[in-house]
Amino acid sequence: MFIVQAAEWLEATWVSVAIRESIWVYPVVESIHVVTIALFLGLTAAMDARLLGAALRETPVGVVMANLLPWIRIGFAVMVVTGLLLFAGTPVRFMTNIFFQVKLGLLALAGLNVWLFHYRLYPTVHEWGAAARPPRHARLAGAASLLLWTLAVATGRLIAYNWFE
Amino acid sequence: MSLQSFFVWCEHTVIGTTVRESIWMFPIIEVVHLIGLAVLGGAILLVDLRLVGFGLHGVPIASLARSARPFLWASLALTIGSGLLLFLAEALKCYENPAFWLKISLLILALLFAGLVRSRFTQDAGVGPLHLGARLSGAVSIVLWTGVAAAGRGIGFW
Repeated sequence: MFIVQAAEWLEATWVSVAIRESIWVYPVVESIHVVTIALFLGLTAAMDARLLGAALRETPVGVVMANLLPWIRIGFAVMVVTGLLLFAGTPVRFMTNIFFQVKLGLLALAGLNVWLFHYRLYPTVHEWGAAARPPRHARLAGAASLLLWTLAVATGRLIAYNWFE
Repeated sequence: MSLQSFFVWCEHTVIGTTVRESIWMFPIIEVVHLIGLAVLGGAILLVDLRLVGFGLHGVPIASLARSARPFLWASLALTIGSGLLLFLAEALKCYENPAFWLKISLLILALLFAGLVRSRFTQDAGVGPLHLGARLSGAVSIVLWTGVAAAGRGIGFW
């Protein structure tokens, strides 16, 4: 299979070998990846809670997002870079791990949700964002975001286990 | 009873044994612990970033803190509850683990700091610029909680 072959090629590169053989790179990178969950998912959850009308109800959605998005973007960038490094260390194991495969699917769905929200709902935020309880589509986007990112973190943690192999 | 024999007793409790001997319980509790970490991080950062001066400008800290409070308590209960279960499953390993002791020390410091120092600044109902003390308290809080999380992950690597 092409994907496994690509993973095998990556695993043979010096970058992959360096990550795998260093005693401190993996723990440090993984710790950063885990701690950044608090920044990325924590503030995403706060934003989603606002979209659901469950928190920060007096503050317009547009204000909440304008202030939190820069931090969420920083968190996301750190998650992606550290995640790629972790992946590059043992790509074959990741690609053949069921939890990693499910996680990739969840990330794709979460990304689709972000895209839909930003291009379909966010442009008109000044019309609906002041409501304590935003309209149905916005609440739906918030709920989907919360569910998908939470499951992505959950399956990410479970990559360490191989129950089905 | 010495501290070590207390940890041995913890490991032999019914709960500790059950979690340790199950294939799936420990991983699932770890996941719950991580989700709790995310919510806790959000509830803390929302207020701390605002304290430091980078967060939701124009929203009074007191109202941010009030909004975050239910999530803060719920996530604290979730992380401490799941953390206790993980601890009971491998109490003896924790006893010999410097990362565990570092984490517990930082956790106590973070909780004390939140209750005794940070709480004085989170009652500010104004929206004006913050003085140095408030900004520092936000920064110290972020550093302490980051340390708790990082040392926590460190337990698994030791």
